[in-house]
Amino acid sequence: MSAAAAIRTAMPEAPAFKQGQSVRVLKVDAPGHIRTPHYIRGKNGVIERFVGFFNNPEELAYGRSGLPLRALYRVRFVQSHVWPDYRGAAADTIDIDLYEHWLQPAKTA
Amino acid sequence: MKAYHDLGGTPAGPIDKAEHDLQLWEKRIEALLVLLKNKNILRVDENRRGLESLGSDVYFSLSYAERRMLSMSNNLILKGVITVDELAHKIAEIESRKDPLP
Repeated sequence: MSAAAAIRTAMPEAPAFKQGQSVRVLKVDAPGHIRTPHYIRGKNGVIERFVGFFNNPEELAYGRSGLPLRALYRVRFVQSHVWPDYRGAAADTIDIDLYEHWLQPAKTA
Repeated sequence: MKAYHDLGGTPAGPIDKAEHDLQLWEKRIEALLVLLKNKNILRVDENRRGLESLGSDVYFSLSYAERRMLSMSNNLILKGVITVDELAHKIAEIESRKDPLP
């Protein structure tokens, strides 16, 4: 199989989350090279956009292929939710690029 | 547990916004990292992982460029691109020069 064919095979059909969908970041203390900041784990946000499919950097960090490709999203969080002592405007948000394997659908209240 | 390099949310003082010129050796570190990436020898992800393996004492005692250099050296030794002996001999040779950093 050619490299290009291997990548196509590894390419997921579609991202699991849609724009505007509420998601929760996994609250996991995983070992290894992690691309999800500690402060955002366990927080709820909204998918701002799907960015694309990329080799998983948490695998690339160990010299492996990073396949299958992982969906990357820009996720928007409300600052006062992220930082309980936040003193800025209530409407302030922060966008963070997060990989799909760090996200789960947020439970609706 | 939060990893030592994961600083988001850590109390910190004011940001030093003063511009500073990169030293020649600092530019060379970045150039080497680009070359190693383009030659498929070392990925930037691997070098970042290396930074996170230095230990907090070493990590916080070094500058940005020093950290990246040390991680690169460790990675190149790990991958067999250079040996510890070759690196030690080269360092000794450079230190013996009249002008180590031309």
